[in-house]
Amino acid sequence: MNAKFLTYTIKRLLMALLTIFLVIAITFFVMHAIPASPFSSEKAKSDAVIAALEAKYGFDKPVTVQFFNYLKNILHGDFGLSTGWVGNTVIELILGGFKYSARIGFTAGILALVLGVFLGSVAALRRGKTLDKIIQVVTTALVSMPSFVMATILLLVFSLKLGWLPSMGNQPGGLILPIISLSLYPMAYTTRLQRSSMLDVLGQDYIRTARAKGVKNSKVIFKHALKNTLTPVITYAGPMMAYILTGSMVVENIFSVPGLGRLFTNSMLRTDYMMIMGVTIFLATMIILMNFIGDVLYKVVDPRIDLS
Amino acid sequence: MSEKKKTFKNPISLQIDPRLFEKAGDEEKAQQVTMRESVSFMKDAMRRLRKNNIAMISLVVIIVIALIAFIVPEFYPYTYTKQDVSAQNLAPFQYSAKEQAKLDRGQKVFPHIMGTDALGRDYAIRVIYGTRISLLVGIFSALIVIVIGIIYGSISGYFGGMVDMVMMRIVDIIYSLPDVLIVILLSVAIKDWVASSKSSLVARLGAGMVSIFIVFGLLYWVSMARQVRGQILSIKEQEYVLASKAIGASPARIIRKHMIPNCISVIIIIAAMQIPSAIFTESFLSFLGLGVSIPMPSLGSLASDARTGLRSYPYQLLFPALAIFLIVLAFNLLGNGLRDAFDPKLRS
Repeated sequence: MNAKFLTYTIKRLLMALLTIFLVIAITFFVMHAIPASPFSSEKAKSDAVIAALEAKYGFDKPVTVQFFNYLKNILHGDFGLSTGWVGNTVIELILGGFKYSARIGFTAGILALVLGVFLGSVAALRRGKTLDKIIQVVTTALVSMPSFVMATILLLVFSLKLGWLPSMGNQPGGLILPIISLSLYPMAYTTRLQRSSMLDVLGQDYIRTARAKGVKNSKVIFKHALKNTLTPVITYAGPMMAYILTGSMVVENIFSVPGLGRLFTNSMLRTDYMMIMGVTIFLATMIILMNFIGDVLYKVVDPRIDLS
Repeated sequence: MSEKKKTFKNPISLQIDPRLFEKAGDEEKAQQVTMRESVSFMKDAMRRLRKNNIAMISLVVIIVIALIAFIVPEFYPYTYTKQDVSAQNLAPFQYSAKEQAKLDRGQKVFPHIMGTDALGRDYAIRVIYGTRISLLVGIFSALIVIVIGIIYGSISGYFGGMVDMVMMRIVDIIYSLPDVLIVILLSVAIKDWVASSKSSLVARLGAGMVSIFIVFGLLYWVSMARQVRGQILSIKEQEYVLASKAIGASPARIIRKHMIPNCISVIIIIAAMQIPSAIFTESFLSFLGLGVSIPMPSLGSLASDARTGLRSYPYQLLFPALAIFLIVLAFNLLGNGLRDAFDPKLRS
């Protein structure tokens, strides 16, 4: 198992690295296919100034040379200089925004997983009862609501109408609403996943055996069933990361949180190409790595899965 | 002994010995009578779908929404572009001073069912147009996914071996790309290109729409291709495919006539799941300002615009939010119903 597992991990890692490389290449060449120069949109500048700026940012060299330079710099953690926030490097801005996004995203993710596993298990154990039906209806509704709808409605109800929570992210308690709006969809999804997984496991022979032996109900659920129901939830970690990171673009804008998502949409408004490239690559890398971790963990927790 | 030797000279001989046969009795004949018409897979699935109340209600909801979205604008008295400075931010069924004066004179004024927006445009027609955009995006993306996914998946599965390996590696890589980020990136890039484009269709659709379709064409077909390939791989081993090959049918004919009909359940399920996710993506992009071009409304851009007056005019958020929720919910529930009806593994 170990040698096989190691080859699988290495293969999967190489695949992840290749994907990251591809994302960098796609990002770079797409952004360079844009006809406009990042400096042309600003107010009248003489050609000499534009040329000087382009030389400063290295835009006057052939595209392939620029690409390999860019790649080399990224490996050194250098994503270039921001043209929208003059005087800042891209990586500084990204890390500054990531501080907020990570806090919101991490909390939202954990909340979604814990609540989702709990609610899903409860629904499965109360299968067909009223509680199960309520959970099913609510989660079905939640997975049909885009993050921006959820966030604006929460903002409208809890901060504008009821006044219970602040509407801005920088006020005390201001991160509660963004966290809730980001976690509802993954929570509902995890609940549904966990419910069907729990139902599947509860129908297995070893559960019946355990019950037949006279094992206590709580012990059957916590010791025998729960561990085995978690495999599908683990594979959802990667897609959930993708949802939370992209969802934060909308949610951070609605609640004015100075995070990575808001930075990204602002850099689109300022046509700051270096920032757009930097944030895309950064977010994509996070998502790809999370997918990698999810896949490897999946094999760790369920050794029955064929590795070939 | 000698007689038997005479009749069976060669065991493979096709000469039939009539003495070995006897007439069928009435009982045996009765067994051959078809008691009930044979039910095809498609009929069977449709019957199960019809029994599923939630799925049927969702289907009706979708049809009603589609009818409203495509027929009502044809005879609606307001257009989505017409601005009226005297009728800004009206509440639902409220009339502006000018319209009230008209009413007092005994003239008829069509009510603003959902009020008006900040520019005095009738909100109901804008929501209806936004709904139309959402439905179009969902349907076209499903079509793109079906066409590319089926062609790619069936070629990969049918030829197998090296071709399959290379094609599936490509799918693996595409599958792991973060799709929403690529959509945003392309929208940003295409926005510039659309702005300078002479083509009126592209300009009308807007950067977001064009890039959504491009990205669906490039990225979203992979799960369809994977499923179709898996299905084809198992169908390929069936005897009737071998028989068809033996008669001399071309690969294209075998794929078209034998394999795709047998993949139909997978195709229907995945296409149904594709529609709500495409609608989600479009509304998300429109909300970020990357969707359809102004003044064309989209449910996402309507919700985004409503944020400025959220405190005073919350209904401007609620109507598009409700519309998108209803559409996605109906498609999700219908998709679940289709999956239950068409997935042979769940047949009981």
